[in-house]
Amino acid sequence: MFWHQEIETLDRPALDALQLKRLRETVRRLERVPFYRGKFLETGLKPDEINSAADIRRLPFTTAADLRENYPDGLLAVSREEVLRLHTSSGTTGKPKALFFSRRDVDTAAELIARAFCMTGVTRRDVFQNMMSYGLFTGGLVMHYGAEKVGCMVIPAGPGTSERQLLLMQDFGTTVIHVTPSYAFYFADFLEKKGIDPRKNLALRKAFVGAEPYTEETKRKIEAALGIDVYNSYGLTEMNGPGVAFECEGKCGMHVWEDNFVLEIIDPATGEPVGDGEPGEMVLTSINREAMPLLRYRTRDLTSIIPGPCACGRTHRRIHRITGRSDDMLIVRGVNIFPQQIERVLMSIPQVGRNYLIQLEGLDEMTVKVELSPSGFDGQVGHLTQLQIEVMEKLRAELSVRPTVELVASGSLPVSEGKAKRVIDKRSL
Amino acid sequence: MTQIIHSMNTVKLVAVFAENRPGQIARITDVLARANINIRCIIVASSGNCGIMKVLVNDPDLACQSLKKEGFAATLTDVIAVEMPDKPGALHSVAQCLAAHNINLLNTSGFAANNRAILVIEVEDPAQAGEALKKHGLHVLTQKETLTI
Repeated sequence: MFWHQEIETLDRPALDALQLKRLRETVRRLERVPFYRGKFLETGLKPDEINSAADIRRLPFTTAADLRENYPDGLLAVSREEVLRLHTSSGTTGKPKALFFSRRDVDTAAELIARAFCMTGVTRRDVFQNMMSYGLFTGGLVMHYGAEKVGCMVIPAGPGTSERQLLLMQDFGTTVIHVTPSYAFYFADFLEKKGIDPRKNLALRKAFVGAEPYTEETKRKIEAALGIDVYNSYGLTEMNGPGVAFECEGKCGMHVWEDNFVLEIIDPATGEPVGDGEPGEMVLTSINREAMPLLRYRTRDLTSIIPGPCACGRTHRRIHRITGRSDDMLIVRGVNIFPQQIERVLMSIPQVGRNYLIQLEGLDEMTVKVELSPSGFDGQVGHLTQLQIEVMEKLRAELSVRPTVELVASGSLPVSEGKAKRVIDKRSL
Repeated sequence: MTQIIHSMNTVKLVAVFAENRPGQIARITDVLARANINIRCIIVASSGNCGIMKVLVNDPDLACQSLKKEGFAATLTDVIAVEMPDKPGALHSVAQCLAAHNINLLNTSGFAANNRAILVIEVEDPAQAGEALKKHGLHVLTQKETLTI
């Protein structure tokens, strides 16, 4: 199913031409922004000199630091009267990153969500419960507007308590949810404790799961626990929030809406493009925004482009799920480690539960705390020791670093109803 | 979960996973107290940062269900509770009997009270061990009898 079939299946030359046209318009628009005007002056670049897709490499990068330095409105490309809405990133350290939306930007962001909903078979007959935080976080309102565009009945539940989520699901027949992976697990556990079988007692059929990177194994576990189809979604505040890329029903990578974003994958160390299909840092340019377009934004998210066409007929290229963030990387005893590598190993071991915590202490000592799955428990101390050794050996094989593995009780690790805390770094290096 | 086969010779313990840090036993006993479970005997086996607490209780099924409902990893495990005379050499007699039948002990604990001595043993095949001990002239307690100690 398509929301806007013509644009979603636009042949590649036409899509490239549209991208170039919009890129040139965006560069012209950004001449009004002192930050970008300064950058163009530095490099002597004139907007009219952008004549091919490859010319994007002549444009400057924009980083998260640039957004913070130009906080609150240094990167605004329209007058304040034209701004309809403000969102900010969570900003765990220091100032948040602010993003402005014009009226058209609000509508475009909703359109991209509507495409994603249709692409996964969601229709106006669905009841959509948005379990993401509303407010400044884009996962609430942007998704909400998109679902309304499709015509779903939208329940703006927000993160709330699990009791309340369940009540809404039962009373209003929720069929589709939007949730973080950690909350999806938390909620599945909650249902299990309540003795509620989501397959029999609820009408749930699909979930958009995002806002935190997660692995394919995690996705399968959520699907099994809730008896639903899980679709991966990708977005970031700086690029509208959710809706940059979504999975289609093929569930084989996420289509990036290339009529709205120019996609590049670069080597994070050199800034140079990587080869076709090679992993690297995703760089995005928003070419269909009015209020605050960004050129070559360094997302810090690591992924790769999936070469070749998709069976669904969409011509917009696909990316693999995010394998990590270039700034999430841990260096332990000189080895580069991504928390997702650890997650992938843990999720492949059935006796292990859904939550985990990586703790770094002292001089590079890594402890991985793993929950024991209640269903895998047989009362034998010897089997616990064996499991501990198995987890440790598998992690060592994956990471080339030998961690200490501690089994902890199910439900004992901190799980927020928002984003999960996976790493605690208390090293005294 | 594996189904426990009821045998006159075996007694069910509730085994529950616990982390080896302060307050963890209290989390378990809180659940058991609220379920009105009476504990007759407790065994804790630890290994590094975690361990298993095993309890002999008046209602093992209820105890196990209550713990599971609260999210604990809990299961039922079959053991032998054998009564011995409370005098020197009694344990040796049991040990000899088990040795003669080539039965290996996994976990063992014992206690004496009111001039009675009870040995709680975990073995690979509890029914077989129970049979051997009975033939040796020892009294193997039923679940019901454990409540009268």
